[in-house]
Amino acid sequence: MQNSSGMSDDGASKQGRSSVFIVSARKRKLQKISQKSGEATLFLIASFVAIVVLFIFWFVARDAVPFFRLQGFQEFFTSSGWYPADDPPRFGALAIIYGSLMVTVGSALIAVPMGIIASICLSDVLPFTVRQYVKPVIEMLAAIPSVAYGFFALVVFAPLLQNSGGPILMWAWWIIAAPFLLLLVIVVSDLLTAPLAKESMKKTAHIGVGMLFGAVALVLLYFVGNQLHGLEIMSGTNALNVSIILSFMALPTIVSVSEDALQAVGRELREGSYALGATRAETIVKTVLPAASSGILAAVILGIMRALGETMVVWMASGNSSHIPDPFFNYLDSVRTLTATIAGDMGEADQVTGSARFHVLFAMGLILLVVSFVSNLISERIVVRQRKILSGQ
Amino acid sequence: MRKLGAVLTSMAIMAMTVVGNAGAATKGIVIDGSTTVGPIAKSFAAYFMKKYKVPVTVSESGSGNGAKSLINGSCDIADMSRSMKPQEIAAARARRINPVANVVALDGLAMIVHPSNPVRNLTAAQIGDIFSGRVNNWRQVGGPNFPIVVIQRESNSGTQETFKDLVMKGRQVVRNAETQASNGAVKNRVSQTRGAIGFVGFGYLDASVKKVAVNGVFPSAATVKNKSYKLARELYMYTNGRPAGMVGKFVDLPKTPDGKRIIRELGYISRY
Repeated sequence: MQNSSGMSDDGASKQGRSSVFIVSARKRKLQKISQKSGEATLFLIASFVAIVVLFIFWFVARDAVPFFRLQGFQEFFTSSGWYPADDPPRFGALAIIYGSLMVTVGSALIAVPMGIIASICLSDVLPFTVRQYVKPVIEMLAAIPSVAYGFFALVVFAPLLQNSGGPILMWAWWIIAAPFLLLLVIVVSDLLTAPLAKESMKKTAHIGVGMLFGAVALVLLYFVGNQLHGLEIMSGTNALNVSIILSFMALPTIVSVSEDALQAVGRELREGSYALGATRAETIVKTVLPAASSGILAAVILGIMRALGETMVVWMASGNSSHIPDPFFNYLDSVRTLTATIAGDMGEADQVTGSARFHVLFAMGLILLVVSFVSNLISERIVVRQRKILSGQ
Repeated sequence: MRKLGAVLTSMAIMAMTVVGNAGAATKGIVIDGSTTVGPIAKSFAAYFMKKYKVPVTVSESGSGNGAKSLINGSCDIADMSRSMKPQEIAAARARRINPVANVVALDGLAMIVHPSNPVRNLTAAQIGDIFSGRVNNWRQVGGPNFPIVVIQRESNSGTQETFKDLVMKGRQVVRNAETQASNGAVKNRVSQTRGAIGFVGFGYLDASVKKVAVNGVFPSAATVKNKSYKLARELYMYTNGRPAGMVGKFVDLPKTPDGKRIIRELGYISRY
């Protein structure tokens, strides 16, 4: 407003330039119209995406509600008897929901630490040229179709687990536990000897305590490893198999997104940290990671959603038995997930064969939708809060 | 730009699929259904395409899906390893489709175990006990001391329904039974798993698994034909009415010498 009135003053005082001004005003108008129409188009496209999401919710919910109206909530959420084809049918989905939870948690336990460590390594440890090669290779994991993963899990990995599952678990335990235990021993002996006053006493105490805990750690490594070695896996199509494969599928998402978040932290913060005398480890742990934590969290949630929503692999390689493993944390037992049940039962489920059987699958779809929606919402909130904290508000 | 390209490509692919489907529906024969009947349908299709130059597409999505496709009018022939259920027939009638069963062949349901398993014979009652979870160790049925891994089929499988009819007699399959989506997957799992037991159609038997005698009768073409082997059934190709033309020729193939030969070669039993 101010600007335009100022210009019209200008135009009135100088006759010679008034025509120029009129032309530019028309031009302005045109510009404004095209700008508005451009904005409107973009808005339409953007709102179309939002509407699609709403429509998915609406259609899934519309077909899920009749199930709860027919069968109620109690059996679905509290029983694990899944006999949809029987007469009368039973629709206890507790074991199936638990199965989804189990493989998702299992794959997150593997993929999240691995993914975050890999992304730190890529962004802050490896030289730039190496990173240029390694990152695309990791991202290639995302390009492999899930049926190929499933085939691998069923045909290669499952027999491997059956035939030499014990030794594999033992090696995995050693590889994972050894560095962690080493770190733990160092930290604990540091903490225990810290109160000692005399420098010379401190050194000997340090070595002594370290050796003591080191011996304990070695015994632990050996003993647990031995136990794992003796395990016999009856069936390789189980929750462990699927969790491992799913973690590999979630890995590229986690690595790629959290590496981007780490890169976005920028040179200034890192150099500021170095300038204050921090080592590289201190810079990573105390400066870079907190600054990138919201992005890393988003990466983790994206990765977990990938694992939760994956269908083909779990259908092929989880064994699909609808029961809660015994004991409940037994990853060597086979499980059935929501996604696999939807995929496997869709063929038979139709209005033809009884409508509850058809609608129960939508009820499962609704659960998946709600879970991913809520976790997305939560991550959004955390990201916003994190941003506020970082900007000092 | 890349996104736009992707969108355009996917639209082009969709358009092509639509056109392709339309072409197949008007000219060729579209077959969908049982994975047990699938091998026969595929071999028939290959033979048919060579002889009559008519395109035949065969999908294997389970008997239930086959019935559904026929009812929806999206296939000409529904392969089924069980007969249609009353509800399915009612649904078909409601859509003015008159499902007619054409018997393709006879098939036995073979109980299979890992090749290293010494068990040679099981009674039908023992199989029922194993699958309902009352027996969970091979020791209890005369085998080694080793847990049994029960492998069943998805609920859309005709083989599964036949098995439940013939063996389970109203009992439920044990909850920790593994569920596989096809005959091939069951065979694959059994061939790799020491404690496993599963069931497949005769056409899927090979050296990678060991078949078990049921009630003392070994599964074979002869024992199925003389009805001494109990786990046997008819396989069907359902059509809309008594078909004429190419579809009619196709479902009558099992009666021809070439059809009989194909059925025999695939390991099934000709009925005619």
